[in-house]
Amino acid sequence: MPRENIPLPCRVESLSVLSADGVLDKDLEPKLPEADLKRLYRTMLASRMLDQRCLMLQRQGRLGTYGPCRGQEATPLGVAYCLREEDWFVPTYRELPAYLWRGWPMEKHLYWWGGSELGSATPDGINDLPLCVPIGTQCQHAMGIAWGCKLRGDNTICACFVGDGGTSQGDFHEAMNFATVYHVPLVMVIQNNHWAISLPRHKQSASQTLAQKALAYGIDGIQVDGNDILAVIAATSEAVEKARTGGGPTVIEAITYRLMMHTTADDPKKYRTAEEVAEWEKRDPLPRFAGYLRQKGILDDDTEAAFKDEINAEIEHAVEIYENTQHDPFDMFRYMYAEMTPELQRQMAELKRHLETPLPAPSPREQAGDVV
Amino acid sequence: MAQLTMVQALNLALAELMRDDPDVLVLGEDVGVDGGVFRVTDGLYQEFGDQRVIDTPLAEAAIVGAAIGLCVRGFRPVCEMQFDGFSFPAFHHIEGHVRRLRNRTRGRFTCPMVVRMPYGGGIRAIEHHSEAPEATYAHLAGLKVVIPSGPRNARALLRTAVLDPDPVIFFEPKASYRAFREEVPDDPETLPIGKGVVARAGRDATIISYGATLRAALEAAEELYDEYHIDAEVLDLLSVAPLDAELIHESVRKTGRVVVAHEAPRHCGVGAEIVARIVEESLLFLEAPVARVTGFDTIIPFFVNEKAYLPDAARIVRATVETLAF
Repeated sequence: MPRENIPLPCRVESLSVLSADGVLDKDLEPKLPEADLKRLYRTMLASRMLDQRCLMLQRQGRLGTYGPCRGQEATPLGVAYCLREEDWFVPTYRELPAYLWRGWPMEKHLYWWGGSELGSATPDGINDLPLCVPIGTQCQHAMGIAWGCKLRGDNTICACFVGDGGTSQGDFHEAMNFATVYHVPLVMVIQNNHWAISLPRHKQSASQTLAQKALAYGIDGIQVDGNDILAVIAATSEAVEKARTGGGPTVIEAITYRLMMHTTADDPKKYRTAEEVAEWEKRDPLPRFAGYLRQKGILDDDTEAAFKDEINAEIEHAVEIYENTQHDPFDMFRYMYAEMTPELQRQMAELKRHLETPLPAPSPREQAGDVV
Repeated sequence: MAQLTMVQALNLALAELMRDDPDVLVLGEDVGVDGGVFRVTDGLYQEFGDQRVIDTPLAEAAIVGAAIGLCVRGFRPVCEMQFDGFSFPAFHHIEGHVRRLRNRTRGRFTCPMVVRMPYGGGIRAIEHHSEAPEATYAHLAGLKVVIPSGPRNARALLRTAVLDPDPVIFFEPKASYRAFREEVPDDPETLPIGKGVVARAGRDATIISYGATLRAALEAAEELYDEYHIDAEVLDLLSVAPLDAELIHESVRKTGRVVVAHEAPRHCGVGAEIVARIVEESLLFLEAPVARVTGFDTIIPFFVNEKAYLPDAARIVRATVETLAF
């Protein structure tokens, strides 16, 4: 037969557990311990409150440009929940709740957006890369880490985040290609928040789903409701288990929405309608999760109020640490190499001299009109 | 002691390093079964297997990007870019991550990787196979940039580079890969990165060079001595980042006359930095303006004309004679 169909494994599932209006699919509901559910909610709330506080701080000139993650909390949090402490986590820059879940102190977030490398210095004992700004590049690093996990044979895996915009980068595709060629334990999570600054999802890619991009590489792709933390946990726990048991990589496309601006440097009113945002407000992951917990009797007004008080105190504490930190300009020289080069020593001395030794006062002109 | 070409010496260094440390990995295009297009990794696949000598898919960005992750997991990857001109798809990882990881994590994560690549012209290669991009990399703080000139220093410097706790871009002059042999000792040796050597001592002028151009510089020095009675000192920088400024100043202060020779283009080339350093700290020792003998600020010509582009002994002789006549 000269021309016939090649039977390809082409399947992309879509998964939702808790609908936007609170309807629960009991068969698909992950059975999570009550304490975990409480802690998850508390972390989601903490992320939302810290995010809000950062916007305020930015407006008050106390923080640099800020990229909020409001509305996207369920996906990073759900993914982080499925990882073990010793697993590896590679974010982009809108995964605040995952960092909080994995133990990053709040002041780290403030440091990074406040312009200090202290915010990208991963705390000891936490296996996370810092925020990654060049879009999509982190996919390659995560693939390399996952490859390292496999070579080390230490039963760890790596989870990586990328945005809908990031899927247009070559790095995303190269990473998926390597990941499947070397069959590495990688969970690649696409946070499809519909907007790459001003470019809408439909102009980013003509693919019907972003999950299907995985299929070309021989990777399973699944689409989940990224504002439904239960769906995220259900899909991620499967992918993590598969990776850990030698099943190779998975791509998860989480459908979510950036409720705020890309960063405080842009105005979303220029490129999208208030109606669209209002539609997505109804699917906000935080009240949806709260409703589920209240229905289960795990959350009530008192608990919620207590959480808020505790979190506010934590945020105040973090802001205090952040604003009272002295930053040493000479640190710029200290971490370039394991051992400072002679030229850097020379340049450091030059800056020191400039900062500490005033230039001698200019000699007075002998007579007015001397200098032409 | 064995008489080895640079290719053989580099191969020996890699084999020694891989025997010493199971965390040393070699990855690149055709580096495994094929042993690399220049055979630098020949036999490593057979000795160390496909988990340590890895034939990757054809994606330079992924080779370096993966190596970043492997560094985070404690490995020491040695990446091969098949040719200098193909290193640029990986450039955004080198610029954006490799050189920054230590600094931005305040030392929590580091990138002790080596990115090796065949470097420069002179082998009648096709387009994109004869580039000399060392200044592009030397301009990136956080990297070290090494360019050996012969088999013995290539083997010693590659060892140092792989053992170095920071990322090293390792340029291997193609024109020197098989051009000559040198005695290479049986036991592994190292040479410090950031230190050059006096390749030929002299009193009348200093010729500063590195890589394949060093051979032209040494040839020029012989001709200058025999034909023009000029006793030139030749410096082999070996590293262009960090730069061995001390060695340069010492020689310049002795001779007062300087010719810088490299095959990369002149504008913002390593020579420009060398001249700036001399002007900053040794200006009053100069007897004549510093001369630069370099590739021109053009695209390196296709190979029928590459000889006119690459600095050779004759151009270095001319520049030195004119410097002495100033």
